[in-house]
Amino acid sequence: MIHFVLHEATDTVAVAVVEGIKPGADLTAWIMDDDKQFPIRALQEIPIGHKIALKDMAVGDTVLKYGTDIGRVVAPIKAGEHAHVHNIKTKRW
Amino acid sequence: MISKNTTFWGYRRENGRVGVRNHVIILPVDDLSNAAAEAVAYSIKGTMAIPHPYGRLQFGADLDLHFRTLIGAGCNPNVAAVVVIGIEDGWTKKVVDGIAKSGKPVVGFGIEQHGDHDTIMRASKAARELLQNASEKHREECPIHELWVSTKCGESDTTSGCGANPTVGNAFDKLYEVGSTLVFGETTEITGGEQVVVKRCRTPKVADDFMVMFNRYQDVVNRHKTSDLSDSQPTKGNILGGLTTIEEKAMGNIQKIGKKCLVDGVLDKAEIPTGPGLWFMDSSSAAAEMVTLCAASGFAVHLFPTGQGNVIGNAILPVIKICANPRTVRTMAEHIDVDSCALLQREMVLDQAGDKLLDMMLRTANGRLTAAEALGHREFVLTRLYESA
Repeated sequence: MIHFVLHEATDTVAVAVVEGIKPGADLTAWIMDDDKQFPIRALQEIPIGHKIALKDMAVGDTVLKYGTDIGRVVAPIKAGEHAHVHNIKTKRW
Repeated sequence: MISKNTTFWGYRRENGRVGVRNHVIILPVDDLSNAAAEAVAYSIKGTMAIPHPYGRLQFGADLDLHFRTLIGAGCNPNVAAVVVIGIEDGWTKKVVDGIAKSGKPVVGFGIEQHGDHDTIMRASKAARELLQNASEKHREECPIHELWVSTKCGESDTTSGCGANPTVGNAFDKLYEVGSTLVFGETTEITGGEQVVVKRCRTPKVADDFMVMFNRYQDVVNRHKTSDLSDSQPTKGNILGGLTTIEEKAMGNIQKIGKKCLVDGVLDKAEIPTGPGLWFMDSSSAAAEMVTLCAASGFAVHLFPTGQGNVIGNAILPVIKICANPRTVRTMAEHIDVDSCALLQREMVLDQAGDKLLDMMLRTANGRLTAAEALGHREFVLTRLYESA
């Protein structure tokens, strides 16, 4: 089963595509563009549709998804943690 | 898989356009005429009133858009005939004359000096005759390129960007190849992905036209915003579904224009395309507003990917819902026409998902009711540009 999806290998976040992801379990992520899979472990619960961080990120870092800048880090994020509005913000508006 | 030889069964209208529904609509010019329009539709079963809240004391470009939207909706090939009702004769005639240019049967009634009772009676007599005539129209076999297809997503989440929207994009790539007329829009929802769209424009002129519209909308946001729009773009529903920023939402949004098709031109709101290809229409990202503009631009079927489960339909356009979020497909099954969840489990490739959607699009064009039609969703929402006088 695929638990997380990322668009490109350079993405720093991946999307949970199944319900009930718990911390500690051995899970699988799939890079859609390269059709490659790799093991992944969540540090927190990640609701379906929400993102997991794939690497440690510091305040001010740029978050990559679709291989593209989708915003900036506003609170430190560890790999495996939930990445969302509490730690990422838009660079626009 | 579709080819240039693929056909569907549609209604050919007086101006040559092909529709997939055979509606006789009762169209109010203004808010005051909704009651009479609804009374006519109640009296003549099989007609449909399209109530809306505007049409009084609008002026300038906002009034032009009002007329363009009503006339465009009346001219839409999914409509067989139109009864127009307005509070007075002048603007009523303007809408009637605009629709009549398409060659379609249309009659208008003004309420002043008659009252609702007399107007309802006269309009009902006309509606009865138009409905009976429309009921004799037959579907004929038409080449697929004559089907105009629009898209707009709603209540998106991250599964939209990796599942439902690329499914539409794959379908659009295939429709583009057979010479269809296609449209996408949602101007603010491209924020962060505008350069991706620019790179897909066929000529520098199209790219410039697109950026003019994009920047104009950014100015509107900047002029009126009181925050960073964090509760509006993305919406609360988007955020609940896992979307974090407008840039992320935009990159998901533009998956709907596929990987191959080029943007051939740009349209103002409710403007009608002048040829086949992919068009960008400057438009709100609010679902019912954008789909109504697509109806007014003459599109016959709409592809609507959703993540968290938008329930929208439209009075004139069949709205086909595509979803790749297994929770939404489970909890809101009655709203979803095409399930693309298998895509995210690697159990189906994108080409298959696109073909599955095109198959449902053709079945819908041939007469199958969408979930939204079966559930009675007839949203018709006019875009306003500014205050009334």
